[in-house]
Amino acid sequence: MLGGTELTVTLVEGRDDVGDGTSKANTALLHTGFDATPGTLESRLVARGYDLLGGYAERVGIPVERTGALLVAWTEEERDALPKLKDKAERNGYHACEIVTGNEVYRRVPDLGPGALAGLTVPGESIICSWTTNLALATEAVQRGVDLRRGAMVTDVVRHDDHTVVVTTTGEVKARWVINAAGLGADHLDGRFGYDRFTVTPRRGELLVFDKLTRPMVPCIVLAVPSSRGKGVLVSPTIYGNVMVGPTSENLTDRTATGTSEEGFEFLLGKGRALMPTLFDEEVTAAYAGLRAAIDRDDYLVDVDWDQRYVLVGGIRSTGLTAGMALAEHLLELLADSDLDLTPRAALPPAPRMPNIGEATTRPYQDAERIAADPEYGRIVCFCERVTAGEIRDAFASTIPPRDLDGLRRRTRVLNGRCQGFYCGAHTQSLLEASL
Amino acid sequence: MRVAVAVIGGGPSGLTTAAALAPMVDGEVLVLEREAQTGGIPRHSDHLGYGMRDLKRFVSGPTYARTLTDTARDAGARLETEAMVTGWGGERALEITSPRGRRIVEADAVVLATGARERPRPARLIPGDRPDGIYTTGQLQNLVHVQHSAVGTRAVVVGAELVSWSAVLTLRESGCATVAMVSAHSHSESYAAFRIPGRALLRGPVLTRSRVVSIDGKRRVRSVTVENLDTGARSTVECDTVVMTGDWIPDHELARTAGLKMDSATRGPVVDASLRTSRPGVFAVGNLVHPVDTADAAALDGRHVAPRVREWLAGGRVAAAGIRVRAGAPLRWVTPQLVTPDGGPAPRGDLLFWVDEYHRAPRLRALQDGRVIGSKRTAWPAAPGRIYRAPWSLVAGADPAGGDVVVELAV
Repeated sequence: MLGGTELTVTLVEGRDDVGDGTSKANTALLHTGFDATPGTLESRLVARGYDLLGGYAERVGIPVERTGALLVAWTEEERDALPKLKDKAERNGYHACEIVTGNEVYRRVPDLGPGALAGLTVPGESIICSWTTNLALATEAVQRGVDLRRGAMVTDVVRHDDHTVVVTTTGEVKARWVINAAGLGADHLDGRFGYDRFTVTPRRGELLVFDKLTRPMVPCIVLAVPSSRGKGVLVSPTIYGNVMVGPTSENLTDRTATGTSEEGFEFLLGKGRALMPTLFDEEVTAAYAGLRAAIDRDDYLVDVDWDQRYVLVGGIRSTGLTAGMALAEHLLELLADSDLDLTPRAALPPAPRMPNIGEATTRPYQDAERIAADPEYGRIVCFCERVTAGEIRDAFASTIPPRDLDGLRRRTRVLNGRCQGFYCGAHTQSLLEASL
Repeated sequence: MRVAVAVIGGGPSGLTTAAALAPMVDGEVLVLEREAQTGGIPRHSDHLGYGMRDLKRFVSGPTYARTLTDTARDAGARLETEAMVTGWGGERALEITSPRGRRIVEADAVVLATGARERPRPARLIPGDRPDGIYTTGQLQNLVHVQHSAVGTRAVVVGAELVSWSAVLTLRESGCATVAMVSAHSHSESYAAFRIPGRALLRGPVLTRSRVVSIDGKRRVRSVTVENLDTGARSTVECDTVVMTGDWIPDHELARTAGLKMDSATRGPVVDASLRTSRPGVFAVGNLVHPVDTADAAALDGRHVAPRVREWLAGGRVAAAGIRVRAGAPLRWVTPQLVTPDGGPAPRGDLLFWVDEYHRAPRLRALQDGRVIGSKRTAWPAAPGRIYRAPWSLVAGADPAGGDVVVELAV
């Protein structure tokens, strides 16, 4: 949004790609906000962000599938909690939830394991491509003139009377205002502005992704009812046509601990088998671990320091994918009275159109007309995910090209399939090397 | 577009099927290969060991792949590369994507020859970091033999079966030492013919009765942690490369999306001795059916299936339900899984098994409804990590009106 004004904006990213920290390992749900804590900033921004991102996704081509969700109660305690959850949803302004019987639960998800007593439907919960979301927003920012610096880790902040110098590993940025949206590093950066008000605890979440052949088993997002047994795992379709089970939830101290663990796998196998036994007869395609930026309070932490012209956007946990655009809108409202001229520029470039890497709509390999016009869209490089040479070429030529294989994966899905590179790994690596 | 026979997969079994069929049938025999070249996995396996059973020669993988390709083409089959069958548009209609377009091909008969691949690290549920330097043998051989890329300097090979030694050879060629092999079994699973020369290449131990429990390293592999299955003792092996070998799974996506009856043990389609699947006019050959046999054995399925396909094209009958053959532990799976009245003998007269334990000269027993219908002691061992063959005659006499046949070890 700032890129759409007359201001000069620099986006400093410590990693080699946008969305490469906590964002990439998100559970990728477009949340209605039905289960947020009513009255919080998070509740308000998730609900608003649901509409903003939903609309933006349609405009720029971020894959979204409106699957709906079903919370399943397995115990009396969980069943008794459903009316309270429905009530909470309504206090969050979400009125479409319905309590359904055990029979209805099995009608909707026949592959569920035995013992489901009742359920709560959340028709608006959806799955979304978190990778494309980040890339679309960053692409639009760059096309509006934002200077994106990747691989620029902030090492120091030097405050002056009328500006701040942000020192990074690739050079200095002189800024009138600084917005701290540093995720897992937000508390450290906050410290550079003299604060000691919160601590980010990296909370590891491990996920198992199952083979695409399992997708018909999971027609909607299956959520657990929060209860005294703790937070259960969810079973969800993914936008790429797989099924995901997870996440675990484990507080760590190491902010780089993105490895999976034996305990995590055991937990997921145990919980998951009870939830959907037939799923576990199938193959696991991938196992991921992501870190969420948990903080020691139950809401987002957004604050403007008028003296230092510094804004903190901290504690943005998993729901931040949905809330992101609403957060930006909220920030602009907060800064409306600042010395920044936030008037939108007259002539803005059109919003980007992102490549479709979701299964909900036609992919290039299925598109006869597109292949006829450009045979590269008929040349399948990654067989498991059906990624074509045309899409890989496009990714290298895009506004924010990938710098490594993981970046290419997130733009095209190449290498993400069941063979994990058995067939196309070597070829893809040579394509990447040729592009750099 | 309509063809007499569509063969899906241009590896040894698909090419051999096409070579045998093309002279036999009037219409077109079309091989659909999704890679840029036909030949399948042997293309990447640049060492000797191919062609003994089918070509009666001893050649390298690439030579073998070329020979089979030439033979199929010379026989009159049409080989189409970079053509991927992405789904079914009807009972025997195939949706195909290639640079030449998106189209549907209708076939009077379909032969699935989609092969098998090694389970990658995630499917084996090995936890830890996700650094660079973790490959399957297929990916490793592609990198070294086709792309001529460097890998690392110290490798740990997971598995000690036939293909694992093939990985060791490839690693050596790229200048990478194999510092350990890790196998869950108590013996290295491979034939001595590969193991003994292989041993000379190995720069470390074969850790038997062991498994990898963690891979560590941020950007590049730094080490693996290995656990002894009996004692639980753990040790760390420093390395920069990990190769996941063996642990095969058929490439069964098309078989499954067709709704073919599947075998939960092989994870391939259920076939009878004529290699007929549960869908009329759809056959399955090679390592899709038996993951995995050697390339030449997979190829010989092609010679076996060709006359059966011709019979179908001439108005052959649909396979009767048949009697199901099942394997009892420690036999993990058996194929062909069906004894049908008109199925004839199995390819090469063999009933194929995968075993989880080593038995030097096992005696097999086939039981139907509590009655022994066949028994046989083989002079050769049953060993994990490779196909174990027994005569099809063990089960051929199954009562067509009886129940399932179970084949087990009589020890």
